[in-house]
Amino acid sequence: MRHVLRALRARNLIALAVAIALVVSLAACTGGQQATDTGTQPKAETSEVILASTTSTQDSGLFDVLIPAFEKADPEYQIKVIAVGTGEALKLGESKDADVLLVHAKADEEKFVAAGNGTERKDVMYNDFLIVGPKSDPAGVNGSTDTTAAMKAIADAGKAGKATFVSRGDDSGTNKKELKLWTAAGVEPTTTVDKWYESTGQGMGETLKIASEKDGYTLVDRATYLSMQDTLDLGILLEKDKGLLNQYGVIVVTDAKNQPGGQAFADWIVSPEGQKVIGEFGVEEFKQQLFVPNANQ
Amino acid sequence: MQIYADALREGWSLLVSDAAGVWQVVVTSLAVSGTATLIALAIGLPFGVMLGAGRFIGRRAALLIFNTGMGLPPVAVGLVVAMTLSRRGPLGDLSLLYSKTAMVLAQLIIALPIIVAVSAAAVGSVPRELQLQARSLGASRLRVGVLTLAEARLGLFAAVAGGFGAIISEVGAVQMVGGNLAGDTRVMTTAIVQYTRMGRYGQALALAIVLVGIVLFVNIWLTSAQTSAQRWERRQ
Amino acid sequence: MSGVAITVADVRLKLDKKSAFELAVDRLQVGAGEALAVLGPSGSGKTTLLEVLGLLRPVQAGRILYDGQVADRGSRDDRLLSAAVFQRPWLFKGPVASNVGYGLSARGVPRAERSRIVESMLERVGLSGRGGDSALRLSGGEAQRVSLARALAVSPRILLVDEPLASLDPMLKRRLTEEFSSIVRDTGATLVWVTHDQDEAQIVADHVAVMRDGRVVECGLTQEVLNLPGDEWVAAFLGLQTPQAGVVIGVSEGLSLVRASEAEVWVAGETEVGSSVDFAVRPEDVLLFEPGVDLPLTTARNRLSARVVSVEPRGATYQVVLDARGVLLASSVSRAAVRELSLAPGAQVLAVFKASAVTWRASAAAGGTVAASGEDSTHTRDRHLNTAHGGPAE
Repeated sequence: MRHVLRALRARNLIALAVAIALVVSLAACTGGQQATDTGTQPKAETSEVILASTTSTQDSGLFDVLIPAFEKADPEYQIKVIAVGTGEALKLGESKDADVLLVHAKADEEKFVAAGNGTERKDVMYNDFLIVGPKSDPAGVNGSTDTTAAMKAIADAGKAGKATFVSRGDDSGTNKKELKLWTAAGVEPTTTVDKWYESTGQGMGETLKIASEKDGYTLVDRATYLSMQDTLDLGILLEKDKGLLNQYGVIVVTDAKNQPGGQAFADWIVSPEGQKVIGEFGVEEFKQQLFVPNANQ
Repeated sequence: MQIYADALREGWSLLVSDAAGVWQVVVTSLAVSGTATLIALAIGLPFGVMLGAGRFIGRRAALLIFNTGMGLPPVAVGLVVAMTLSRRGPLGDLSLLYSKTAMVLAQLIIALPIIVAVSAAAVGSVPRELQLQARSLGASRLRVGVLTLAEARLGLFAAVAGGFGAIISEVGAVQMVGGNLAGDTRVMTTAIVQYTRMGRYGQALALAIVLVGIVLFVNIWLTSAQTSAQRWERRQ
Repeated sequence: MSGVAITVADVRLKLDKKSAFELAVDRLQVGAGEALAVLGPSGSGKTTLLEVLGLLRPVQAGRILYDGQVADRGSRDDRLLSAAVFQRPWLFKGPVASNVGYGLSARGVPRAERSRIVESMLERVGLSGRGGDSALRLSGGEAQRVSLARALAVSPRILLVDEPLASLDPMLKRRLTEEFSSIVRDTGATLVWVTHDQDEAQIVADHVAVMRDGRVVECGLTQEVLNLPGDEWVAAFLGLQTPQAGVVIGVSEGLSLVRASEAEVWVAGETEVGSSVDFAVRPEDVLLFEPGVDLPLTTARNRLSARVVSVEPRGATYQVVLDARGVLLASSVSRAAVRELSLAPGAQVLAVFKASAVTWRASAAAGGTVAASGEDSTHTRDRHLNTAHGGPAE
C-alpha cells in the first residue's frame, strides 16, 4: 500500500479521478492515511490541478484556450479537466477528488461553500441560454414575450401532441436552469406521464442532436449551440431574455490535495488577464462573445 | 469503504422499491439485446453452418471477415448506424435514430459477426467423419445439418452467450443511436454512465449489479451446459 | 436381401491440390454378395476408396457401377443401398437406440417398426436391452457393436467397413472380427472391409485387393494373394519372400517337380513339362531341422538343405530367411527353435515342407493366365488359377 501512496504523492499515476477515489478509500480502510506524515518526497516540477467543470463548458471549447493561457502564466501547475454534470462536479469537490470547480448553479454552489466544502465562491463570467427548436416552431415560441410564456407555450403544444421538448435530465447546470424555468411557468413535466417530454441524461451536444432529430425544443447555452449549429436543424427561437442568463462561479475546494494549485487557478481566472481571455473567446470564430466576463462587477 | 456501503444500501432500496424506474431500464435492456440476439441468430446461424461445414470458394475470406468483425469496435458501429439513420443520412426519412429499432440494428451488427464466427467454429469442429457416417446411413443434407447442429450444440450456446453478453454490456453504440431517452431507449449501460456522471452512485450501482447478475447468469448457464456436455463427452 | 455387384471404372480423385496423393483405380470388381478385403499400409487410400464406393465422396473422373448401372451420388435410391461402419464408431449424442435407429428415421420408417428392428439389431450384436444407454458412455468394443448394428439396421445391400476393430486389444479384436464377420455374412450383403491386417483379411474376406499409393496393385482370391504375392512390394508388405521363378521338369501322381536355380521343389498339381511357374511357401509351413538328422515320419516331399541368410524377430516368433541353393525361402520359427538349432546367418539347416504347401501359378513371362490391366501394374488374377489347395482347374 505504501508504495502506491508514494506514487500518489508524486502525482504521476493519477489518470482518473475515480481511480483516486478508489485508492484513497482503500487507503482509508487500511489506515494508510498515516503515511502522509512519513517519508520525504521530491518536489514535483509541475503539480497537477484537477478542475471539475461541466460538459457544456468543455463542449464550448473555452478550456482549449483558457487552460493553455493559465499554464503559460503559471507554469508550476498543470490543469486536468474532468467534465461532468454540475451535480457530479460538486460531488467530486465534496469527496476532494477535485481541487477547484468551475460550475454554473449558483444556489447549489453557495450551499456547497456554506457546508464548508469550498473556501469561497467568486463570480467568473456568464453566458446566456437560448430556446432552440424546429424552424416550423409548432409551439409558436417565436411570438412569446418572455421565457416563462415560451415554456408554457411549449408545454401546451406538447400536451396537444404537436411539440416535443428534449431535456438534458442529467442534473447539469443547464438542466437545473431548465427545471427552474418550468417551475416559473407552472409546469412540472415528467418522462413517465408526459410523452412530449424526453430526457436524454446526456451532455449538451448529444441532447441538441437528439432535439434536432426529433424536431424538439431544448434549452441550450449559446456557446454549444453556436459551435454545433451547422449540424443541426434547429433555430434560435428565444434569446437575450433576462430569465436566460447563466452565471458561472469558481470555487476552491477546502483541504483539496492541491489547494494551492486550485487557488492559483481561481485567482488567475478572475484576474484581468484571465477575464481578457474569456472575453475574447469565440469572437473570431462566431463574431460574438460566448462568455461575458463579470468577475469584477 | 463508506462510499460502497452507501451506494449499495441506496441501490438495494432502489431495486426493491423501484423508485427510479430501475426495472424498466432493465426490461428495455433485455428486450433490445434479446431481440438483437434472436435476429442475429436467425441470420447468423445459417451463415455459420455454411462457413463451418461447407466447402466453397471464398470461404476462408468470409471467415476472415467475420473473425475480424468479432473485434469490430461498437462505437464505430454506432457511428455508422447513427450517420445512416440521422436526418441527413441515407435512411433519414425513416426517422429511426434515437429509437429502440436503431438500438436493435446497431446491436445486431455487433452480435452478428460473433454469432457467425463462433457458430462456424463450433460447426467446423464437428468431425467430417461424423457427417459422413450420417450420410452413409441415408441422411439427407438437411438431416445431416440438423445432426451437426445438435453435435455442435455447446459451441452454439457459446455463440448465443457471447453475442448476447457482448451487446447487453455495450454502451457506446446504444448511447449514440438510442440517445438514452428516459422511459424509452434508456438501457442499463447508458443509465449507468448517466447516473455516474450525475454522481448518483447508488442508482448506477444498482443497475451495475443487475447487469453483472445477468452476465453472470448467462455464463453460469453456459458453464453448466459445458459441464453436462463434458459428462457426455465421446470416448472415441 | 441380396448384395449388389460393385464395379470401379477409371476412378481418379486428388484430395488436395498440394498433396501428391491421388486415388487411381482403373478397374476393381466385387461380385454380388462377395466379401472383399481392401488391404494396404496407412495412407494407401483404402478409406478414400471405401468412401468413393459408398458414394460419400465425389470423384474427379471415372465411375462407380452398382449391378452394372452407373451409381449416382445425387440419387437417393443409389445412396440408400449402402451403409458404412468406420474406424471410429462416430456415435451420435443420445441413447444407443436412437443411434441404431438413425438410418431408419432417415428412411421414414414408422416408430413401432423402428423400435422392433432396433431391438432385433441390438440382439444380433449382443447388446440386447441396452437401447436406453447413453451412446457416448460405451466401451470401445460396445461402441463398435452399436456402430455395426446401426449400419445393419437399414438392411444395406452393400456394407462398407473400415477396420472398426483396429483400436481394440488383440484378443478382443480377434474375437470380434470373427463375430462381426459372421454377422455380416449372414446378411448376404456385398461386403468391402478395409484393413491393414492380413489376418483380419483372411477371416473376413474371400477376395482381397492390395492398395499402394492410391492404386490397387493386386487383386484376387484371398488365399492366392496372401500366399503368392504378385510382386516384390506386395510380398514385402505381407512379410513374405518374393515368389521364386522355376521351370517344370517332371510330372507324376498329381505332383509337378519344379527346378528353380539349383534346387528342385515338388508342388501339388500337374502342368505341362517345360512351362515356367512362380511359386511361394508361407513361412508357417516351412519346418527347420538340423542337417543330417533322422527326420520324423513325414509325408513332406520337399527336404532342401539351406543356409540361413538372416534371423529377425517378428513378435512372438522369428522369421528366418533361407537360401536353398538359390531359392529364397522364409520360415517362421519359435524362440526355442532359434536357440536349439543355433540359427544365425551362415548356419546350415534342413528346410522341410509339403508339396501341397506350395502355392504356384504359371508365370506372367510365359504368357500365363495372369491378366495385367491397363498400363498400371495391377495384377488381376483369374478365378481359375492353379492353387495347391484348389488343385488345377480346367
